[in-house]
Amino acid sequence: MKLNWFKYASPVTFYPLAGKLIPGFALAAAILTVAGLYISFFVAPTDFQQGESYRIIFIHVPAAWMSMFIYIVMAGWAAAGLIFNTRLSSMMASALAPTGALFTFIALWTGALWGKPTWGAWWVWDARLTSELILLFLYMGFLALHAAIDDPRRADRASAVLALVGVVNVPIIYFSVKWWNTLHQGASVSMTMAPKMAATMLLGMLVMALACWMYSIAAALARVRCIILEREQQAEWVANLAKEPT
Amino acid sequence: MMQTLRYVVSRDVLLAMRRRADVATTLFFFVIVASLFPLGVGPEPKLLRAMAPGILWVAALLASMLSLGRLFAEDYADGSLEQLALVPEPLALMVIGKVMAHWLVSGLPLVLISPVIALQFDLPAEAIVTLLLALLLGTPLLSLIGAIGAALTVGVRGGGVLISLLVLPLYVPVLIFGAGAVDASAMGMDASGHLSILGALLLLGMVLAPWATAAALRISLE
Repeated sequence: MKLNWFKYASPVTFYPLAGKLIPGFALAAAILTVAGLYISFFVAPTDFQQGESYRIIFIHVPAAWMSMFIYIVMAGWAAAGLIFNTRLSSMMASALAPTGALFTFIALWTGALWGKPTWGAWWVWDARLTSELILLFLYMGFLALHAAIDDPRRADRASAVLALVGVVNVPIIYFSVKWWNTLHQGASVSMTMAPKMAATMLLGMLVMALACWMYSIAAALARVRCIILEREQQAEWVANLAKEPT
Repeated sequence: MMQTLRYVVSRDVLLAMRRRADVATTLFFFVIVASLFPLGVGPEPKLLRAMAPGILWVAALLASMLSLGRLFAEDYADGSLEQLALVPEPLALMVIGKVMAHWLVSGLPLVLISPVIALQFDLPAEAIVTLLLALLLGTPLLSLIGAIGAALTVGVRGGGVLISLLVLPLYVPVLIFGAGAVDASAMGMDASGHLSILGALLLLGMVLAPWATAAALRISLE
């Protein structure tokens, strides 16, 4: 059997597929969130230095990971939209942007809540905090440029260029810890070294990260369905869809 | 190819020289912004000396950003931008020419006047030399990065405010290493590390930015 990879590149076929996928991802997100919160509140031990306040990392770290990862995925979709000139890729990029901005905001907010008891300040001008703030600005720039251009195709392409330019910033965020030696503790999880934290803490964090991941996919798919309907409102299949009894 | 480049540069410089007030506005903006800080934070020399690198760089950033609007907007309005896009040379070459001209009329004067402002803040002599070098490396980079934002917002409503949102976050590395170089030098340390990174960023910008700007212009001209 020959697989047609491009079958779902068309909004017409992708719209029902996304509709079928959303409940699965949403359910997975809900289950993983409950499991992750249970592990992080009841199973994971209390940190002997930071006490209970460390538990905020179970949302802070996954959110920070997602904020950077979503930006890269978004830039990838934007690049695909520029290169292959596919409408759906650009729609995916603009569907991911609000979710990414949300996670960036959550990472900053929870970081502030954690910083107050631990560092004694809501905000310090540390390299990683600052880069995360700049990431939020990049998301805002992407959204603002997209909103400022009326023609959706031109908006897609212009913001795609901006996303690709901004993606240069994501490695700077990641390596800034090494570039500037500042207040922020070094990366807690690393692929090469044995994790320094307790196994249950790590497990809780990974489960929460998976939950955030599932949520992002479900939210992006739900949003892309709205974008498809909005952009394709002149198309015949949308008119047929509207006539169908639900 | 070099002839085309020279033509684009000389045309833009000539156009700017016909309206010297625009060039002077950018320069005076830089001077005024830098002079506002002592009024805001008080005339304490020690404090001002510590803040001077940051103040001068932020003022340079803002001045460079304000003049970006002129980079493509007028050419777009009178149609000559489309003619430039039709020239059988790469559009990126035209972009390089325009960016060079932009730097000559808005970046270079700023670099030249910066030692005077630095004296107002009582920076030591070595730090002023570092400031000159850092601005010399940094301001072309500001023009290169800014050109991407200017190209993306050509013909977009509210372009002036939007461009600051797009460009300022991308300016951050320049600010960090530029001000870092002057800071290090003012404290009697070696600034060559910061300057080397600025130089590396400038090379990277020279390779990538014209290309991205050309792509953005093509999208805007559709």
